[in-house]
Amino acid sequence: MSFLVDSIIMFTSQVLFFGFGWLFFMRQLFKDYEVRQYIVQVVFSITFAFSCTMFELIIFEILGALSSNSRYFHWKLNLYVILLVLIFVVPFYIGYFVVSNIRLLQRQKLLFACMVWFTFMYFFWKLGDPFPILSPKHGILSIEQLISRVGVIGVTLMALLSGFGAVNCPYTYMSYFLRNVTDSDILALERRLLQTMDMIVSKKKRIAMTRRQMYQRGEDQNKQTGLWGMIKSVTSTQTGSENLSLIQQEVDALEELSRQLFLETVELQATKERIEYSKTFQGKYFNFLGYFFSIYCVWKIFMATINIVFDRVGKTDPVTRGIEITVNYLGIQFDFFYAISSNKSSNVIVLVLAQIMGMYFVSSVLLMRMSMPLEYRSIVTEVLGELQFNFYHRWFDVIFLVSALSSILFLYLAHKQAPEKQMAL
Amino acid sequence: MASLDRVKVLVLGDSGVGKSSLVHLLCQNQVLGNPSWTVGCSVDVRVQDYKEGTPEEKTYYIELWDVGGSLGSASSIKSTRAVFYNSVNGIMLVHDLTNKKSSQNLYRWSLEALSKDSSPTRVIVSNGDYDREQFAENSVPLLLIGTKFDQIAETKRTEVLTRTAFLSEDFNAEEINLDCTNPRYLAAGTSNAVKLSRFFDKVIEKRYFTRDPSPMIGFADRKRFNFKSLHYD
Repeated sequence: MSFLVDSIIMFTSQVLFFGFGWLFFMRQLFKDYEVRQYIVQVVFSITFAFSCTMFELIIFEILGALSSNSRYFHWKLNLYVILLVLIFVVPFYIGYFVVSNIRLLQRQKLLFACMVWFTFMYFFWKLGDPFPILSPKHGILSIEQLISRVGVIGVTLMALLSGFGAVNCPYTYMSYFLRNVTDSDILALERRLLQTMDMIVSKKKRIAMTRRQMYQRGEDQNKQTGLWGMIKSVTSTQTGSENLSLIQQEVDALEELSRQLFLETVELQATKERIEYSKTFQGKYFNFLGYFFSIYCVWKIFMATINIVFDRVGKTDPVTRGIEITVNYLGIQFDFFYAISSNKSSNVIVLVLAQIMGMYFVSSVLLMRMSMPLEYRSIVTEVLGELQFNFYHRWFDVIFLVSALSSILFLYLAHKQAPEKQMAL
Repeated sequence: MASLDRVKVLVLGDSGVGKSSLVHLLCQNQVLGNPSWTVGCSVDVRVQDYKEGTPEEKTYYIELWDVGGSLGSASSIKSTRAVFYNSVNGIMLVHDLTNKKSSQNLYRWSLEALSKDSSPTRVIVSNGDYDREQFAENSVPLLLIGTKFDQIAETKRTEVLTRTAFLSEDFNAEEINLDCTNPRYLAAGTSNAVKLSRFFDKVIEKRYFTRDPSPMIGFADRKRFNFKSLHYD
């Protein structure tokens, strides 16, 4: 009886999560586009629902809610479903939508999508070989095989994003890094931009006029017959087109310049807005948080190094470290996705997002296991089989460190470059 | 070249509706082979014969400013974009016939361009909705262009065309529906070509043959300016 009740509870919560994912999709992700293929929305919401359910199950585990049998059953069920979705459904649809965007392969869409999926499966399998993730007790098609691979990918992703977030967050929030931008800087840059546009316009006018004259002359030339007429028409159009290609090259260079100037102006505007924001109360609060956060992040990087150097497995909450930063960073990630999405690729982007999200959640569960007290670990260990959890923690540390260091380098270079550009103005 | 002679027309619309293809078709009379995202603004020039076929025929250059980006862009991008909205003589609003949202977004696009007098993020109209009266009083000529016409199934055509008819009524503008990859839609003599010429003629007239002291009048100025215009013979 209690099993039935528990199942109903689980089911309702899943439906709730599904609805939430659906709404999120409509309101946020696809705000500016029209949903033409509902399958994308359904797949996204399903992935979201099952990912959330996994977290819910962990919480229930800790709270001791529901009977342990039904919890076990639902764990297994959930895990199977989410693995099915992450390994079969989502990659197939990603392949399908990518293929449908390429014009050449329109005819045999399904065939090519299957081919893409098989390639994905091949690499996915190969992924397991270099890593010491399995004990030799398990067969080929066991669930441990799949989870271990998904776990590796997910942990890598999490560590990459955590590393970048750890460095980028303080950089964004702290006003120490804000360059001084005045209104006159922006105005000067805007003026340059408009001047460049004017130059482009005048050159294009010349091209248009020359082409028109050539066309008209060409018509007159056609009326002229005889050898001499033909020779004359050839030579005159030759010089005309040479001239044109020269001006066209100049136009191309100017257009590139205008794009650069536009992007620089946007950056200056953004910096100016950040400066204004930092003067507000909210801004000051975030600035303070930024300092605090940066110390925290430095400490984490330090700990990761220690763990690797001294060959230690982190016992102090790898979970909160990873999840905190990534959850904070997730918001910024969505901005990135908006920026690169367009009408065509929006489907693919959402599916990729769903894939990443699903893998995130699965590996979070893996990482969480280590930090849970012994009595809760049992069920997770039982369900997930005997994976080498220590390996995941080590792997997380390594990738986190690499990602953090490379983002420090990247941001340093970017920061250095910008003031030099300012001086060149 | 002096900027006194300029006739500037903005081409606005959501990302991916086909503004760059349209501009290329209008200016080069050729189909754009490899469309890619427009960063910032790309300008092209069309040679237009004003009052073609009449004794008053004169050639003008019309600058088509194709401003890239989306309505949801960061405010820094919007502020930078506003630089291109200066002294505009006409606006072409482009929407994708297969995407209803792009048509709905045109209200916001036109507000963004015409409200240049105020800061780009603040909208003059009280609750963000369009106001038909404002568009009726607006003196900047508008033209509505629907793209990807060929991608609409025959059965849905009437439905789509009724929708765009409502749209053109709201904007008090004419509408053209075409496919930017097929020059046939703008071939000489088609009703589309006629509407296009009429639009450009109207733009040129407003710019050169009326008594308005400034080429562009936005919503903020509508109370201040007298809308009577004199025509020269």
